[in-house]
Amino acid sequence: MSSVPFREFESGAEDGSNISAPKPFRPSVVAELAEVVANTPVNAEYRHLVVACSETAATGVPGQFFQLLCPQPAGEQPYLRRPMSIYGTSLSERKVEFLYKVTGAGTRGLDLLKAGDRLDIMGPLGQGFRLDPAWRRLVAVGRGAGLATLAPLAKAARQAGIEVTAVFSARRPELVVSVDLFRSHGAEVLVVTDSQSTSGPANVERILRRLIAERRCDAFFTCGSSRLQRVQQRLAHEFGIPGQVAMEQQMACGIGMCFCCVRDFNVQGEIIQRRVCWDGPVFDLLEALP
Amino acid sequence: MNRATAVDLSVTIGGLKLSNPVMPASGTFAEGLDRALDFARLGAFVTKTITRELRTGNPLPRVVERPGSLINAIGIPSKGVAHFVEETLPYYARYDTPLVVSISAPTADGFASLAADLSLPGVAAIEANISCPNIEEDGKAFAMRAESTEHVTRALRAATALPLWVKLTPNTGDMPDVARAAEVAGADAVVVANTILAMAIDLKTFKPCLGNIMGGLSGPAIKPIILRHVFQCAKAVRIPVIACGGIASSDDAVEYMLAGATAVQVGTATFIQPNAMEKIIDGLEAFCLHRDIARVADLTAGVVIEEADEPDLAWLNPPT
Repeated sequence: MSSVPFREFESGAEDGSNISAPKPFRPSVVAELAEVVANTPVNAEYRHLVVACSETAATGVPGQFFQLLCPQPAGEQPYLRRPMSIYGTSLSERKVEFLYKVTGAGTRGLDLLKAGDRLDIMGPLGQGFRLDPAWRRLVAVGRGAGLATLAPLAKAARQAGIEVTAVFSARRPELVVSVDLFRSHGAEVLVVTDSQSTSGPANVERILRRLIAERRCDAFFTCGSSRLQRVQQRLAHEFGIPGQVAMEQQMACGIGMCFCCVRDFNVQGEIIQRRVCWDGPVFDLLEALP
Repeated sequence: MNRATAVDLSVTIGGLKLSNPVMPASGTFAEGLDRALDFARLGAFVTKTITRELRTGNPLPRVVERPGSLINAIGIPSKGVAHFVEETLPYYARYDTPLVVSISAPTADGFASLAADLSLPGVAAIEANISCPNIEEDGKAFAMRAESTEHVTRALRAATALPLWVKLTPNTGDMPDVARAAEVAGADAVVVANTILAMAIDLKTFKPCLGNIMGGLSGPAIKPIILRHVFQCAKAVRIPVIACGGIASSDDAVEYMLAGATAVQVGTATFIQPNAMEKIIDGLEAFCLHRDIARVADLTAGVVIEEADEPDLAWLNPPT
């Protein structure tokens, strides 16, 4: 096994008791009414939502997601839950955090939430990022909402003793999120933007080649840009660097039943479909087709 | 009179006894749901539809939401029979709950041979999804017409000794007639119904919202329509009717049973609340206790239609 999920790093081992009585059912995915602790803007586009939840919900790891049953904004009736990647969790404080941009009926509903309100959350869902204890330095490359998905990596990598360099892309400097979070965990953050003409694939490739030359890239972690994903795939191939990508897709059930969220993957030359909600959202960088 | 202190939730469908009348609708249930739902509580399991051939499914997008509903065109992705026998069947063996296998094929012979191959130990019943296109009839679904329904059901009946449920489509002019054809040909139960053929268009792009252009409407929005179908079909046949259409609460389940259903299938609601079926089972029990009903089966066809209020319903009665 080349990597282990975060969960195995955590303490709180299984209890060793061996009771023969049938175990009562204990869900590992819960749908529950969480209490909104805060729902505040972080910049002109993104909002930060914090909810108090059960222990099971708070076990979510970086790269996993929740399905949120969003309140109905005036004149709109979002019916399905909305997938939202985990921005952070705290088992000790029993909370889950999300970072979202208001783009449609679901997020317009989230925007209405105030501290003390209830929000129906379902999760944690999907396969998160995996860290190989052999890695010493990793590079996280993200753009837009992808930065929220990458955010919890900063803390997890530091806990695993792995150094992080982040390359974050956005339209304008003031729209980049997660920078302070990454820096607070000791990561170096390089920001590239459209407005400064630094975010093009060619420039990002130059930056990544330098990081590889400086031996600061044992693995790529990426989310939020197909163009940047392709750059990393090329470099991963050229230098034999492993990587993981968190992918998005429209979902319905979120738990592997409906097959709405399939994407194509190249597995040893064969194109196969995988469910983003069940097999992902985090996939092998080289197998994922942008 | 003693008030009921316990409710008998069991129901019997064509010789198959279920611990309660609540089961998933095919396509909206898979092994992964065991992370969120206590499978041991369900009356039955119903698999996703299995086809003989490997199918990758339809182009994306495969789903679009509308108020109180969603439209899907998944396209029945299937890993075929071998995968079912090697992976799916052993998974369900750990439960006592009856396993109902949903099957589909493009021809009557295809249905029959698939039913025969899947009549295996561990399979409690076959649900034939005859709402799919029949390539021998220019792509019309088998269940759109009584003749093709009778033909495919006879072929299925000859191919398996297991209880045979036939899942009908609401996309036809005369569901009671189709239900009768299934009964005549030997079905043990009919499932009423499947999704309603529907469409949605994106106003930004002017393109259909689904990759397949059209899809099937499901969810609470369709419940009153399917309830009417269940009412009519239950009057038309003597075999049990299993209701399927927009059930999201125990009240919905009670309503369907009063209309004539013996059991209910829950589909889209599971996408919104993964443990919806557990809540429906609990709610059915609470309802019966509250109304002093000792057996949930007593709800079936309990709708009260006063003679004085009754319109001319002669057209509902099947010819005998």
